[in-house]
Amino acid sequence: MPTATIEQPTTATAPPVTLEKPERKPIEAVSIICSKGTLDMAYPGLILANAARMSGIDATLFFTFWGLDIVTEKKIDHLHTATVGNPSMPIPTMIGGLPGMETLASLMMKKEMGKLEIPPVREMIEMLSDAGAELYGCRMAMDMFKLDRSDLVPQVDDVISAMDFFDKSAGAQVLFI
Amino acid sequence: MPAATYAGHEVEVNEEGFLTQSDQWTEEVAKAIAEESGIGPLTDKHWEVIAFCRKDAEAQGTPPGLRRISKLSGVNMKELYQLFPKGPGKLAAKVSGLPKPQGCI
Repeated sequence: MPTATIEQPTTATAPPVTLEKPERKPIEAVSIICSKGTLDMAYPGLILANAARMSGIDATLFFTFWGLDIVTEKKIDHLHTATVGNPSMPIPTMIGGLPGMETLASLMMKKEMGKLEIPPVREMIEMLSDAGAELYGCRMAMDMFKLDRSDLVPQVDDVISAMDFFDKSAGAQVLFI
Repeated sequence: MPAATYAGHEVEVNEEGFLTQSDQWTEEVAKAIAEESGIGPLTDKHWEVIAFCRKDAEAQGTPPGLRRISKLSGVNMKELYQLFPKGPGKLAAKVSGLPKPQGCI
């Protein structure tokens, strides 16, 4: 029978506990995936991207699925707020489903945003493009919705795949909206 | 309140380096802040933006947001980003001796 000697481990001195917080590095780039086409879901991505650019942070936007509506020429000026299936909406779903309610709610939201000097979606997109943000349409979603490059607003830089998007997002914080 | 010395002038600043008393601002202070913030030498266009920001802040009581500057100063959005590539939203106010704007637009 082979025998083995097990050595007692020597007590190592524990490293001193430091309570100092690690130094945080500033964010250098953000990549935002816009996947929803309602008015209330379009603005967060656009405003965040704009705030990033205003702070000198690089911003890349990837419009996919319903988010393509935000940069589709025929839809950009007609995005709506959902009055049905939106638990935060302060009106009952049954009433929200009545004809004209969605248009009314959307108008009200646009009016309130106007008061805060938040521009319409089309102007937000123009601002972002002027600010040097990069805007991309998702190729697969475009194929699914039978959309062509010419259906999108001219500020969109290119139509790319999700893999291209991640390549372009090297080192960036990725947000999904 | 921390103090900073720009071009021989002692001014009060907050933790982010924005002047807390906008009347302590002078053109010399602006040049020194620009140098420190990596904006470099101030051009006529920079001065146009600074003059607008200071005038507008005095009239409105708050520093102008970037969209407001681009709409009313005569310097458009693209130019603003060329003048302040490290973030015009903050730097235009900083170099003008104003607080950091609170808006996101």
